Amino acid sequence: MPEGMNPMDAMQGANSPTVTGNKGLQVEEPLIFEMDSPGKSAVDLPPAPETAGGDRLGGLKRKGRVGLPGLSEPEVVRHYTRLSQKNYGIDTGFFPLGSCTMKHNPRLNEKLARLSGFSDVHPFQPTKTVQGALELIDTLADWLKRMTGMPAVAMSPAAGAHGELAGMLAIRAALEARGDARSIVLVPESAHGTNPATAAAVGYKVRSIPANDAGRVDVDALKDALGPDVAAFMITNPNTCGLFERDMVEISAACHEAGALVYMDGANYNAIMGRVKIADLGVDAMHINLHKTFSTPHGGGGPGSGPTVLSDALAPFAPLPFVVKQDSGWHLVEHEADPACKGAGKTPFGRMKGYHGQFGVFVRALSYMMSMGGDGLRQASDDAVLNANYLMAKLSDVLTPSFEGPTMHEALFDDRFLKDTGVSTLDFSKALIDEGFHPMTMYFPLVVHGALLMEPTETESRQTLDVFITAVRALAEKARSGQAKEYFAAAPHLTPRRRLDETRAARKPVLRWTAPEATADA
Amino acid sequence: MRYLPLTDDDRKAMLDAVGVASVDDLFRDVPDSARGGEPTDLPDHASEMAVERTLSAMARKNVTGQDAASFLGCGAYRHHVPASLDYIIQRGEFLTAYTPYQPEIAQGTLQYLYEFQTQVSMMTGLPVANASMYDGATACAEACAMAIRVTKRDRVLLSGGLHPHYTATTETFLKHTSAEVEALGPNPLAVEDLVGRVDSRTACVVVQNPDFFGHLKDLTTLADACHEVGALLVVAVAEPLSLGLVNPPGEMGADIVVAEGQSLATPTNFGGPGVGLFATREKFMRQMPGRLCGETVDEDGRRGFVLTLSTREQHIRREKATSNICTNSGLIALAFTVHMTLLGEAGFTGLAEVNHATAVRLAEKLEQIKGVKVIPSAFFNEFAVRLPKDATEVVDKLADKGILAGVPAARFWPEYEELADVMMVAATELNDEAAIDAYVAALKEVL
Amino acid sequence: MTMWFTKDHEWVRVEDGNTATVGITHYAQEQLGDVVFVELPEVGRSLAKGEEAAVVESVKAASEVYSPVAGEVVAFNKDLPDAPGTVNTSPENEGWFYQLKLDGDPDTSDLMDQAAYDDYVASL
Repeated sequence: MPEGMNPMDAMQGANSPTVTGNKGLQVEEPLIFEMDSPGKSAVDLPPAPETAGGDRLGGLKRKGRVGLPGLSEPEVVRHYTRLSQKNYGIDTGFFPLGSCTMKHNPRLNEKLARLSGFSDVHPFQPTKTVQGALELIDTLADWLKRMTGMPAVAMSPAAGAHGELAGMLAIRAALEARGDARSIVLVPESAHGTNPATAAAVGYKVRSIPANDAGRVDVDALKDALGPDVAAFMITNPNTCGLFERDMVEISAACHEAGALVYMDGANYNAIMGRVKIADLGVDAMHINLHKTFSTPHGGGGPGSGPTVLSDALAPFAPLPFVVKQDSGWHLVEHEADPACKGAGKTPFGRMKGYHGQFGVFVRALSYMMSMGGDGLRQASDDAVLNANYLMAKLSDVLTPSFEGPTMHEALFDDRFLKDTGVSTLDFSKALIDEGFHPMTMYFPLVVHGALLMEPTETESRQTLDVFITAVRALAEKARSGQAKEYFAAAPHLTPRRRLDETRAARKPVLRWTAPEATADA
Repeated sequence: MRYLPLTDDDRKAMLDAVGVASVDDLFRDVPDSARGGEPTDLPDHASEMAVERTLSAMARKNVTGQDAASFLGCGAYRHHVPASLDYIIQRGEFLTAYTPYQPEIAQGTLQYLYEFQTQVSMMTGLPVANASMYDGATACAEACAMAIRVTKRDRVLLSGGLHPHYTATTETFLKHTSAEVEALGPNPLAVEDLVGRVDSRTACVVVQNPDFFGHLKDLTTLADACHEVGALLVVAVAEPLSLGLVNPPGEMGADIVVAEGQSLATPTNFGGPGVGLFATREKFMRQMPGRLCGETVDEDGRRGFVLTLSTREQHIRREKATSNICTNSGLIALAFTVHMTLLGEAGFTGLAEVNHATAVRLAEKLEQIKGVKVIPSAFFNEFAVRLPKDATEVVDKLADKGILAGVPAARFWPEYEELADVMMVAATELNDEAAIDAYVAALKEVL
Repeated sequence: MTMWFTKDHEWVRVEDGNTATVGITHYAQEQLGDVVFVELPEVGRSLAKGEEAAVVESVKAASEVYSPVAGEVVAFNKDLPDAPGTVNTSPENEGWFYQLKLDGDPDTSDLMDQAAYDDYVASL
């Protein structure tokens, strides 16, 4: 907060029509640190048991205060309820954020994940007391393997990028086992940033492969780039332009021919999960974002889960731990020395994280998959693709589609329709917020100018899409009228906060609250 | 199919609008050889009732902390989760939001992340914290990678008192970098010489406090030794509740503190998801991995929050990013921050005191059993004990009696025979006097 | 005093035959937007021609600055870390990045003069 301002000033701003800065149901809310009543707590504790010999802290007892504020339960509940009301979620409305698969998060998933038999189980209980938990992991693994046609799956990665890391570590381990780690990973220029970042984390140099005019990997350029130094090709399919890589089978064959392996980024798996078996594409590894494709909540940025399916070539190198079914029940393999590991010809590349994977997310994903069934998952892919093509069909005359369809799960437009209007992709997207929608993904992928990437998912009804289409068409006309440049530049107008000064945030980063006295002293 | 709003009529009308005869035509780019991928060997869709029945049956096959008295720790702790916490994190606007890339409609997420960063900074005694990592183990690995970037050195020294999963995860992360990781063997007696191993090639030393076997340590000497040669001290905290009672690592000279936040956020959930905490000194801010939330103002001059310093991250920096991390652990960070807010200063320090006193009480009673030795002299709510018998067998027998008595060290180091009689025992506010007495009585029976 | 330019939009000014000052061009700052952070090379570091010497960041982009000529760093712009916006307001004067002591005559064979650079920018 700028010096000399009290919290109320900071919230009211210059143009507030009200005394408090509140606008009806939009209530201004200070930080918890500004609500401190020292000594208050919202938790009543049991008394500490008496001990015979006093504490055993070895003289390391904390001397100063932590600095935490004291609040009662009603104050805390109201604080976070008010904060929640400043947020837009998939429960709130249409969330066409491309590449993010914002589908409905069923509450059955939440209910089941909270069964004490799943939530109140410790990761280091004797395995005979957690047979149901191991069964759940193995059952989800089985569903994922059947869906993809792949022979193995590493369950422990915590998120998509973590799954990429698992896949690339498995690829490197397999190549090293062959005696040739190689040094280069090829990545299409349209790839998500995690792909090159992951390849670099595994010690590879990254080379970019251009796209062709149809928005797909230029196969000739790829073939030219393949060679004895190339370890892998990382490809997203459907790609970040929303298009299926038609040449995928040929691409995989060319990579294998050159001794390279194929990593497929599964960020966009929702489009094809019930239609295409990944094994049929010749892929060696693909992560699955359970928090996209299988409906577990994004939670404002995690936790995710990124199980990674593996081909026969990579299966032996899958990370620890993993579950195997034995005659005596389910067994958790936590060490290389376990007879079910070495004895079974497995040489894990290591461990990805603590414990046994994102178990709570597994429960939610399996709840969703069982609810949908094989038939429902296929229908979900079909509806997701139909919804995206419907948006494309209904908007193509007012926006500018970047590539010829059919598209898969998302519709990609560029900013040619805004040429000479003075309105940018950012302005246009921000205006959609005022209409009650979350914006689409902007400026990604980088291969088209001023990208607007819309992914409706199967969650949206035709009615919702029609309202959205009406709003986008009207805004496009407004932008093209040439009369509304200022309106767009100032959007959004009706949100709890208007555009925020990101330059200021980055030039002099303030990453935590500091007591005003302390500021004055400093 | 209850999650799918389109009707057959809708589909037909929409296909007409698109100008194709069937949805098959929309998949025409899929090569012929890859068609026919329908998951026909999976069961059909099922009702809520049916799914609930199937999964509840699996859940019932597990022994829970309610079925048995649980004394398990090793980085995952069973604490009471206030009812209001679980209500708040299930609000749809939090649960179903995306990463707050549109700050105008994500101030809820951004403000709680800012509160979270502040709390983590206060607890650890370091001025800046990020918006969370996947878990404690990956945060530890990222801390080592960061120390390598900051110091431009390549040797990493891991204490034998570090959680073995943190050690293994760090080794995996650094496997294909130029770094050389020296991981010391398990160290139940806390006698290793770290100071003597630090030299001008050392990027960082990683220690856990309290360590994996429960030892609480003063780290100032080690911190001084690190700083003398230009190395960083990374301190891992597996039980952040300890920070309510114990000197924060930042005050003991830590340069980076990483922690697993599960204990203050969620039930144990069979180990996941957790939330990684990550704090450091101001001068290393731009070398941090993960998302950061910062304060700013909007066009009307009102205070607001945004994700900031994102040029460190993969979506902008690609192969030069500080980490490949994209997703963090937002919802668990919310759970953590709500719990810390509910507790407040009095509740947080009070809860820590209850935990410590309960553990001391348990230790005092266990020490009276012939042949049982509590190993650490200073600890928080967890300690290793040496038994007169094989610990795995003891734990196994006590499980049959409805007591989850501890975690045998052999679970992590099966190759170390000298650890066969060691187990780790934790006590929290959920272990009342009756549970402690039942534990002690049952242990006497099996010894 | 001659000013030379690279295709990556760095400029270098050779002051007295022995010292050279390096920065980024007006065009570069315009493409980046508001500059929020600059990382500069330490004094004493010796830079090869084309070596990564500095990093300049805006809110949405980060860009490496490659040394247009070889030499040893003798100074960096101490004002920039606190006022990175100077790169936007005065990119080719007060917003300079660092100074080099040249080893001899700098290799300018692949650099453009002002007129050539202006033509180059116009062609983008």
